[in-house]
Amino acid sequence: MNSLREFLHMGGYWLYVWGAYGLTAVVLLWNAVAPMLRERSLLQDVAARAAAGRIQ
Amino acid sequence: MLERLYKYAAPHQFFALSRALTPWFGGAAAALLAVGLAGALWFAPPDYQQGESVRIIYVHVPAAWMSLFVYVVLAAAGITGLVWNVKVADALARASAPLGASFTLLALATGSLWGKPMWGTWWVWDARLTSELILLFLYLGYIALQGAIEDTRMAARAGAVLAAIGLVNIPIIHYSVEWWSTLHQGPTITRFDAPAIHASMLVPLLIMALGFKAFYAATALVRMRCELLESECNSAWVTELGSGGK
Repeated sequence: MNSLREFLHMGGYWLYVWGAYGLTAVVLLWNAVAPMLRERSLLQDVAARAAAGRIQ
Repeated sequence: MLERLYKYAAPHQFFALSRALTPWFGGAAAALLAVGLAGALWFAPPDYQQGESVRIIYVHVPAAWMSLFVYVVLAAAGITGLVWNVKVADALARASAPLGASFTLLALATGSLWGKPMWGTWWVWDARLTSELILLFLYLGYIALQGAIEDTRMAARAGAVLAAIGLVNIPIIHYSVEWWSTLHQGPTITRFDAPAIHASMLVPLLIMALGFKAFYAATALVRMRCELLESECNSAWVTELGSGGK
């Protein structure tokens, strides 16, 4: 337990170390998720347009 | 070899290849970043001068390397698209811009978070920091240019010219710590003699760097597919894709 507190404390630099890693995690996660959502919505558009084309 | 390369330059061929490759790069990125993170936060020793704050370099340095690497890829892809009219190359250039900007932002922000406790300041206008800030503006300028020009071909051409001119900044960033007297430290790893860093720190750093590279590859592939779906939305292969084709 004590070692976990020490780990989180980062020798007093916890704000800077965890700030850097937290920011990196947020930016990378956004970069991973946003394009996947965009591709899914684009593929749905393409499918919808193809379906509309068949009806005509 | 060249013939195969040529084949995958066709958007629909590239699309299929990219879909097959993405999970591999994504999986490699997740595994490398998980191992690298454990090494960076736990197994690597604290620095004898910087203490635990040295752990910031395991995200700062890979992000800074990637900010340069992605820019070179962007410019090379842009020039390839400009000269040989390769649509996949244009897509790579456009897909790289937000990723490069993200890595540059991370390099600047994590550097700042390290600089505050170590240098006593968030920011100094020294050569390394200023040239890296200019790199961020180059990325943002490229993104703004892509947003401002409606026609994708025109936007790609204008972007390629901007990116090519901005290439001048890349060696300036790299050599800034040698050409000018800066607060930023000199190169530790990319020296011609042995790296001035112990293996216990070098190994997690290189694993993180590889993880960042794999992450870039995976997400750039997804972004490239988005670019192609948009720019090729009227072509037969996209319509076929929509009607349940592979």
